[in-house]
Amino acid sequence: MQPATVDNGASSSGSPSNRSRARAGLAFASPAVVLLTLFMVVPFGLAAVLSFTNRKLLSPLPTRWVGLDNYTDVLGDSGFWGALQNNLVFSAIVMPLQTGLALLLAVLVNQKLKGSVLFRTIYFVPITFSLSAASIIWLVLLNPSGMLNTVMEVVTFGAFAPDWLNDPSYTMAAVIIVSLWASVGFQMVILLAALQDVPKSLYEAAAVDGAGAWKRFRNVTVPGIRHQLFFVATITMILSFRLFDQVWIMPPRPGGPLDATNTIMVELVDTGFERGQIGKGSSIAVLFFLIVLFLTIFQRKFEPAD
Amino acid sequence: MATITLDKINKVYANGYHAIHDLDLDIADTEFLVLVGPSGCGKSTALRMIAGLEEISGGEMRIGDRVVNEVEPKDRDIAMVFQNYALYPHMSVYDNIGFALKLAKTPKAEADRRIREAARVLELEEQLKRKPAQLSGGQRQRVAMGRAIVRQPAAFLMDEPLSNLDAKLRVQMRAEIAGLQRELGVTTVYVTHDQVEAMTMGDRVAVLKDGHLQQVDTPQNLYDRPDNVFVAAFIGSPSMNLFEGVLTLGGGGQEGSLTLGSQTISIPEKVFEERPGLAAYDGKPLIYGIRPEDMEDASLASQPAEPHIHGEVSLVESLGAEILVHFGVDAVPVDSGDPDAVVELGDTAVVVARFSPRSPIRPRQTAAVAVNSERISFFDPSTRLAIWD
Repeated sequence: MQPATVDNGASSSGSPSNRSRARAGLAFASPAVVLLTLFMVVPFGLAAVLSFTNRKLLSPLPTRWVGLDNYTDVLGDSGFWGALQNNLVFSAIVMPLQTGLALLLAVLVNQKLKGSVLFRTIYFVPITFSLSAASIIWLVLLNPSGMLNTVMEVVTFGAFAPDWLNDPSYTMAAVIIVSLWASVGFQMVILLAALQDVPKSLYEAAAVDGAGAWKRFRNVTVPGIRHQLFFVATITMILSFRLFDQVWIMPPRPGGPLDATNTIMVELVDTGFERGQIGKGSSIAVLFFLIVLFLTIFQRKFEPAD
Repeated sequence: MATITLDKINKVYANGYHAIHDLDLDIADTEFLVLVGPSGCGKSTALRMIAGLEEISGGEMRIGDRVVNEVEPKDRDIAMVFQNYALYPHMSVYDNIGFALKLAKTPKAEADRRIREAARVLELEEQLKRKPAQLSGGQRQRVAMGRAIVRQPAAFLMDEPLSNLDAKLRVQMRAEIAGLQRELGVTTVYVTHDQVEAMTMGDRVAVLKDGHLQQVDTPQNLYDRPDNVFVAAFIGSPSMNLFEGVLTLGGGGQEGSLTLGSQTISIPEKVFEERPGLAAYDGKPLIYGIRPEDMEDASLASQPAEPHIHGEVSLVESLGAEILVHFGVDAVPVDSGDPDAVVELGDTAVVVARFSPRSPIRPRQTAAVAVNSERISFFDPSTRLAIWD
């Protein structure tokens, strides 16, 4: 066997060992590449093509090339802009709230106290439920005379017991509560792992230097986990944009009362499958992709330097 | 500036492990005290209790006149240098050094002056804008020092600050830290497992073992008059050679003698006059120790009358200025109780002697070794305490 050589990338001009390394690399990557191509790249490519046609789900008429008609249609539709606004509001609230809550929970369950493992498990368990199952559980809890309101009535002496899912002013709040509950555990676990990687001696050095608990948190904890915090914020933003299950299942009709929780994903599914306008639905999918891509790139500009 | 007093300090961990037993230490203002001992002896725990990073289970800790048992680390007015330096990775050298001043809300101009002064003393002026990751080990160590001295605290606490440096840098920093401490005159407690560091840096050295204080004294006194077998073996490198043997008293013009396996070493009468306590051990077994430098190749000995012992040489280590000769004798070796030392117990002992480099001795030869028997240390075999009087 030949000794492995270091491939400097510039001159992979085919020594046998280089070629066999490249082949091995391809072999290892192929399952992921094949699956991603089959289920992500190809469908998206098809959607991109279909978005320029008038393709219907069931139609006796032949599919026609319509150029940018679908896009002008979608962008001229107030429903789309309303959905986008809901998405943005949801993300703008959920991203900081969920990241902050995850950090708070991570700090709490990171304490060396009896039962901290139990609480870690409790906070993480919702991640193992499917979002639709979680939505159905919460449907019961959020019923006007359900458990949540029963508690609310007691603690507020009856002053606060809204009809969460039928009152447009509270539907979004209800969706946010469920979303936080259902997914904060995931971010918590990432931040918990990050917290445990911050060297203990830094906390001790800060304590000796004169820092109290808050100053230690500000000057040791937060800088120590800033990369993971940023990652969590990014991933939360992307996931929050895909808001669908909760708003599809929980309100009396998808999108909620007065479209209060209508989202782009709801628009997309509604247009493409409920109304059978595959071409127009595809154009929403492409626009959705571009929006998330733009937001992610924009967010990367704030990534902390090393 | 302050004194530090430990009064019957105890540390018992939640799992019941008793790490420190009734530790008494009086550290004078401006003194450099070194805590030394093998791994697990409790020296770092003791230091961390002074810092407030470890709870005190019993006893009273005072810094100056103030009892600090319940005082938070941040309110103890102490600065600490950690073994891994514990520099804040996201802060520049300047901010690392100035962090404590910022927390103390020192006026900006004053803080700046002090940071720059510390950087000048430690030769870090060029590095002030860098992050710790961009520094060498020695520079990081200096930043950790800078963080301590800029505070002008009541005391410095240092936890093995040199153990992550390579040998050459360690020797250099050893001298610098000792010099800096004398210049600043700040009371310092310094923890190390390295007895050379302890000897060279400390005004006084406290030797700990298994959470018990063994002896506190000046480096020279620890070396010349160790209180017990452990201190005798722990201080000095190579270690004192320890054996079990039987002492026969001399007197009335007669020399005494001491067995070393099947050999005997004659002991001058003067020794018994100086240490009358030895009379009680006449004809009885005891523990005794010979330092490597109290032996010499018999052919080069300045005093040919000194008693000789013989043994087969197993190893000769040339250090340039001296050679270390390892040879075997059939005496019973003694375990000093140092968990870090390797002692092969059995019926043969390996003796290490420090010879002049002019000695022609080679491995597998039988060495004739002159012993300066006036300088042999004796210890009680059951209490293991030294017999000096």
